[in-house]
Amino acid sequence: MIRLENITKVFNQGTVNENTALRGINLRVKEGDFITIVGSNGAGKTTLFNTISGSFQPTTGDIFFNDKNVTRMPEYKRAQYLGRIFQDPLLGTASNMSLEDNMMICYKKGFKGLKISLNSKMRERFREELKALDMGLEARMEYNVQLFSGGQRQALTLLMTVLSHPDLILLDEHTAALDPKNAALILELTDKFIIDKKLTAMMITHNMSHAIKYGNRILMMHKGEIILDISGEEKKNLTVEGLVKKFYNVKHEELTNDELLMSHE
Amino acid sequence: MKSSGNFFHLLRQAASRNYSLFFIDMFLSERTHVYIIHSKIPADSSACDKIIKDRAMIEGIFVEGLIYGIMVLGVFITFRILDFPDLTVDGSFPLGAAIMASLIISGYNVFFALAAAFLGGVAAGVVTAVIHNRLKVPNLLAGILTMTMLWSVNIRIMGNRANLPLLKNETILTDIVSWTEGIIPSDYTILVFFFLVAMAIKFSMDLFFRTDMGLTLGALGNNEQMVISQGVNINLMKAIGVGLSNGLVAVSGAFAAQYQGFADVGLGTGIVVTGLASVMIGEFIFTSNKIVVLTFRVIIGSIIYKAIMYLGRYYGYHIGLTPNDLKLLAGLLIIACLMIAQGKKRNYFRRWKNDQA
Repeated sequence: MIRLENITKVFNQGTVNENTALRGINLRVKEGDFITIVGSNGAGKTTLFNTISGSFQPTTGDIFFNDKNVTRMPEYKRAQYLGRIFQDPLLGTASNMSLEDNMMICYKKGFKGLKISLNSKMRERFREELKALDMGLEARMEYNVQLFSGGQRQALTLLMTVLSHPDLILLDEHTAALDPKNAALILELTDKFIIDKKLTAMMITHNMSHAIKYGNRILMMHKGEIILDISGEEKKNLTVEGLVKKFYNVKHEELTNDELLMSHE
Repeated sequence: MKSSGNFFHLLRQAASRNYSLFFIDMFLSERTHVYIIHSKIPADSSACDKIIKDRAMIEGIFVEGLIYGIMVLGVFITFRILDFPDLTVDGSFPLGAAIMASLIISGYNVFFALAAAFLGGVAAGVVTAVIHNRLKVPNLLAGILTMTMLWSVNIRIMGNRANLPLLKNETILTDIVSWTEGIIPSDYTILVFFFLVAMAIKFSMDLFFRTDMGLTLGALGNNEQMVISQGVNINLMKAIGVGLSNGLVAVSGAFAAQYQGFADVGLGTGIVVTGLASVMIGEFIFTSNKIVVLTFRVIIGSIIYKAIMYLGRYYGYHIGLTPNDLKLLAGLLIIACLMIAQGKKRNYFRRWKNDQA
């Protein structure tokens, strides 16, 4: 469904600061995949997401959505197919607008016309959907989003993203800025939504055990390359130790990133 | 002031022909030569003075507050909703006035002229947005560029003149006065008319900001990334928002020209500051996230601003303030507003209240 062919991204090409963030990435995301992505800092995970979403264009290579080449398509047009959730909970919602206004904006992708769609029927629908979060937000629909906690806002962003039913959801460490309790809650919700609504998603995480626990496929990135791509039965039986060992077998170097090793529970 | 000789000539003419006070008011309204004028009017100066003071004060505050309120609504869209500090306003205000005046003088229908003024303003706003979007210029600079270019454009529109008097022409205001003669006391006609106009614009704006597009514009100023993620072209949205804003400003300029009886290329100097000060004053009145309240607050803010300026103009005389000091007053007003707003954030007032208790 989504295909990356030989994607390379070089920053500051031709200068002393030249930095190759992605080296020949080839990836095929199938419908219904829930892919987790791990890798140390600077491995190119976020660059990969930025390239897919069109924040910038790859130096070489092509991106296909449903066999359509979207490499040169501007970010806002590509957004029709994508739902992206960032680490910063503030990026998913407009703080000085009410919850229902936020939901209305995110309800449908694409150009917004002069129709007043936010009516009582729509509000009732939003109220029903908000109950799925189990946070009591359905009673606070007229409140400004800035009054909500980071966890609530991220849950809301997740819900709004899911409701617009994108072809691919990109989750960029979307629980990293939350406290452990909220992070666990959001992760559970994410998993539930993706499975219930049969969505396709890619999730970057720093937490190896999360990467192993969730999803049906795991990618490990290192220095701009995808070095491990495990799915199916092998993914189900994977352990953190197993993953570290596999990394060693591929790269013949110790996985030294402390953060990666320490963040599994 | 190159054009002032012309004004005085017209004023003397007006006085000698016993034109209604409305026309005299107009000279006192914005670029006032109040103190000079008083000495120049030969007949019955003291009685005239008293009437002018009382009438111009009450009516002037409300009428100007409402006329400029339309402009402040525009400034509110860019500064507060879009978070796009747009200085085009200083050019699009006289642009509206210039288009209105020159079309009236060329004999076009007044409502056609008003529509043309609106479209002219929209075009000016779109130019700013395009400069900002295409050339990746900061929005402030893009606005200044358009504003500067508009200075020349405005003079061109007025036929290579810096100012265009409208005294002898029929404007929307003279039409309205003649239509409603006998129905409403003519003193109040202008006031009622501008009240209705400002409210009509306010309510259509409320309606607009409740549509899907309006909501998206609201989110744009707050969180661009979110709007991009919804598959919306933010460059187009900015052009729509800034265009709409400048359209309103130009309409305000067109009305100001008719109310004052002339269009002048310098009409727009400091309009952004006026608008911003009015928005800020309004923000002290009440807080809300409802667009209906926000736009209402903007108009109230504009009226209060005009009231403060009138006080400065009439009573400032006693402490040696001249009309030339009003821009300084406007700037100081904004600084005061900012300081109070910052104080509020730091809870100075709450602490003070607690101490009292």
